Amino acid sequence: MRRLWAATWPKLGALALVLAGWQLLVLSGWRPDYLLPGPLPVFRQLGSDLHDPGFYQGVAVTLQRAATGFGIAILIGTTLGVAVARVRVVRAAIGVLLTALQSMPSIAWFPFAILLFGLSEVAIGFVVVLGASPAIANGTLHGIDHIPPSLLRSGRSLGARGFAMYRHIILPAALPSFVAGLKQGWAFSWRSLMAGELLANLGNHPSLGARLSYAREFGVAEELLATMIVILVIGMLVDGVFGYVDRTLRRRRGLSAV
Amino acid sequence: MNAVRAVRELPQSDAVVVRAENLSKVYGHGAGGVVALHGVTFELTAGEFVCMVGVSGCGKSTLLSLLAGLEQPSAGSIELDGSRPALMFQDAALFPWLTAAGNIELALRLHGAGAAERRERARELLQLVRLEGFAEKRPHELSGGMRQRVALARALAQEADLLLMDEPFGALDAITRDLLHTELEQVWRDRGLTVLFVTHNAREAVRLGDRVIVMSSRPGRVAAEVPVDLPRPRRIESGELGAIAREIGDRLHQEVRSHAG
Repeated sequence: MRRLWAATWPKLGALALVLAGWQLLVLSGWRPDYLLPGPLPVFRQLGSDLHDPGFYQGVAVTLQRAATGFGIAILIGTTLGVAVARVRVVRAAIGVLLTALQSMPSIAWFPFAILLFGLSEVAIGFVVVLGASPAIANGTLHGIDHIPPSLLRSGRSLGARGFAMYRHIILPAALPSFVAGLKQGWAFSWRSLMAGELLANLGNHPSLGARLSYAREFGVAEELLATMIVILVIGMLVDGVFGYVDRTLRRRRGLSAV
Repeated sequence: MNAVRAVRELPQSDAVVVRAENLSKVYGHGAGGVVALHGVTFELTAGEFVCMVGVSGCGKSTLLSLLAGLEQPSAGSIELDGSRPALMFQDAALFPWLTAAGNIELALRLHGAGAAERRERARELLQLVRLEGFAEKRPHELSGGMRQRVALARALAQEADLLLMDEPFGALDAITRDLLHTELEQVWRDRGLTVLFVTHNAREAVRLGDRVIVMSSRPGRVAAEVPVDLPRPRRIESGELGAIAREIGDRLHQEVRSHAG
């Protein structure tokens, strides 16, 4: 119980500071209320959103896109990572490209995606997948490449070959790095998705990005900020799940300095 | 230390388990190539405990690698009677995501054993190395000595009769090492194993081996074979043991000096 409190109170403290800072900024009159509302009106708006079925529809659409895009990215990223790790020709061909792709801001893919696919779900999906796959591929690759050779040698001397080696030794050994890659890939996915929903505002589809866009157009700052908070919280929750998995994995393997 | 156990069942007389002839291993090619082993010839008979001593770079680890089939010799031949030999290294190299029992069960699984059989056999093997209470512990929760015992159990899980050991106790303190020497000797006797034990520690070699093969380095060759006729159980502090160890040590010094010049 004490440990839970020890982990929580700094976060609550930080949150309190942020809220206080925000309120002070509003009180200072730096920007008029209708442009920069304070915490209270925003949370009031958030409260009313949480009672609005349209809000949940929007969240559902966004999460669905995120899940699909991230899911495809996992498939592609893992396959690529294993291929590069395992097949020398593939490594020589695209190993460097994968690293380069990771530093490409996914938003830069949008004009190209819209050109190819028009303003469509495919364009958004395309960018989400492209944003996350290199990170996942690199996580997989790193995991496989950095397996201590002594473990591989152990495995071979126990008679593990080919598929059995992958299943029992290589994949478990690569798991922490793979999860780190997933965590990073998720962050890229979520970011590209938000950018996508803003840029490719697909008329009839409610989504978090669309709500942001509308809130700006119609000048409803409370709604804008409330939606941003929702986006932040969702991102943090999923990230938190990955973080938990990562920590548990490392603790079980004696890799954390606890 | 059980004097009654001193008489163990003698193996089928002089059955040769390992025959290495004129083994050579070269890494790299041409002028830049490193000759790790050159013309190494020796035999191991069933049930023997043979130690191999040499300084670093004498190719001891390479030799074990060749015997285990992890690498191919550049020249010469290896004849092994029986199944794949079991290897143990200085680094226990236990899989950190598995428990002690899990590590052994994986070895059994790779050997083709079914789930229930695995669990039972793993428990038996842990009992053999006196770690029954630690089945559910993960490697990072075990001490160095315990990890090596699990590694030993894992090696035994493969049902091999030939145990190849590459300085397995090098990273342990002297007291733990002493205990493990006794345990290893017990397991060797109880199971009628053939053991090839590589070490740079001459005393350890004389404590454990029926005979000691002395290796020279650069390139690795068999420099001498020293029989150890001391009765078991042996004490590592004993004078006689020390005398033989000194003899081996002198021989090793000779070899090193003859290369330095």
